[in-house]
Amino acid sequence: MCGIVGLFLKDASLETNLGNLLSDMLVTMTDRGPDSAGIAIYADKDAGRAKFTIQSDNAHKDFEDLPNYLSKHLNCSVDIRINDTHAVVTLDESVTGKFSAALTSFNPKIRTMSRGSSLEIYKEVGLPKQVTERFKIPQMSGRHGIGHTRMATESAVTTMGAHPFNTGLDQCLVHNGSLSNHNSLRRQLRREGVHIETENDTEVGAAYLTWKMQNGASLGEALESSLEDLDGFFTFVVGTEDGFGVVRDPIACKPAVMAETDQYVAFGSEYRALVNLPEIDSARVWEPEPATVYFWKH
Amino acid sequence: MLEFDLQENGLRKLNSALHDQKENTNQTAWDVINPKGSHAIAVGIDAPIEVNINGSTGYYCGGMNKQATINVKGSVGPGVAENMMSGKVVIEGDASQYAGATGHGGLLVIKGNASSRCGISMKGINIVVHGNIGHMSAFMAQSGNLVVCGDAGDALGDSLYEAKLFVRGSVKSLGADCEKKEMRPEHIELLKQLLSEAESDAKPEEFTRYGSARTLYNFNIDNSDAY
Repeated sequence: MCGIVGLFLKDASLETNLGNLLSDMLVTMTDRGPDSAGIAIYADKDAGRAKFTIQSDNAHKDFEDLPNYLSKHLNCSVDIRINDTHAVVTLDESVTGKFSAALTSFNPKIRTMSRGSSLEIYKEVGLPKQVTERFKIPQMSGRHGIGHTRMATESAVTTMGAHPFNTGLDQCLVHNGSLSNHNSLRRQLRREGVHIETENDTEVGAAYLTWKMQNGASLGEALESSLEDLDGFFTFVVGTEDGFGVVRDPIACKPAVMAETDQYVAFGSEYRALVNLPEIDSARVWEPEPATVYFWKH
Repeated sequence: MLEFDLQENGLRKLNSALHDQKENTNQTAWDVINPKGSHAIAVGIDAPIEVNINGSTGYYCGGMNKQATINVKGSVGPGVAENMMSGKVVIEGDASQYAGATGHGGLLVIKGNASSRCGISMKGINIVVHGNIGHMSAFMAQSGNLVVCGDAGDALGDSLYEAKLFVRGSVKSLGADCEKKEMRPEHIELLKQLLSEAESDAKPEEFTRYGSARTLYNFNIDNSDAY
């Protein structure tokens, strides 16, 4: 099953409430998937600074010496904000390309959840309520965000198997469904030099989109071509630095409902996820069409 | 009129109260408030009562209905009136996928649009959609009537048995073994009656009938060697 949600704010006055609204939407979807949960939030960025969300099972010990190590190795100022098992590291944009190697040399067990300048991803094994509370998601502000609660079918229940998946810089993806050609596509993408970590089908979908965009496609074009190249069931919600998009496979058996008002555009696997949003009774509510790419930008 | 607050009292209480109603009940009018997209509202009723649901619902609203009239003042999620036996379900807004699936009888009216697989495997139900329907509608539909005042999506009536399909607008594509049929006087009569029951002012003469070409489901003697 799986439950997915997304919220894109048009009205800046709701930004301080984004984490709260999104957490509530995701918790409502709990009975669509009890295995793991995650949220991606697009918050404000600092000019000239890159942002990485990292995760460790030994967070406090592992993260203690990390800022000093990174600033010495990358020769720039490094800030770290620890949040339970996760931490948000900000550093000079110019060293973005060197971050991954530096982190691995410090401790190869630390995982990177997101790369970019405004995106933060928090995900762990557990129910949406536990996961959103441990990371204090309801207190977070942002312009848009997406969330996922997982019922695992294609790979193990682990932190790295949880959604959202980071695709490119400031890009991420949540998925309801299952891809049936992910093994052959994983082999193809690995031959192309794309790094894929797990046996998870959605990670392959995310890597596919990243690879398409690295080869010059826009996000919209990459989503269009996913309709050709991905076999299986999917409703995808994707986040980018300035917007979010939705696409469903041509069979469209994975549910989806959307709502739009002057203040926001919202996505839910079920209408229940949307019922506590402001002015929902007067919102335009509709089911996104199969094989059609939808996108909203700030 | 009995008012039932679903948020306060919960689904089990509502459905069990509705199941308690018998043929001769005098509690014939029910008002459900705060449905908030909940699933399985007013499922399995078997009494001549009227239930108004004030808002949108989730999965399987009005499923397995017998005798009751259920009005939804909003939109419905997947599987509305699934396997309905008799009675009437009226949706003011839109319906998600597989509306009226496997229904044996009664009338389902959708005043907005219905999405994919509307009337899949219908077995005698009548469905009237004021708007459009999505792809794979009336797949393997066995009997009953599907009336669409707007347009139909891809693969209408794929592997159809003996259900009759009437579409006023365009059909994106027909499924395997579904073909255009002649509109005879009895079909005009049937449509007149269904449209009036569904409160649609569409004219029967504006519709095209589609049905089974009967080449898929009949045993062909030339294939006897295969068994």
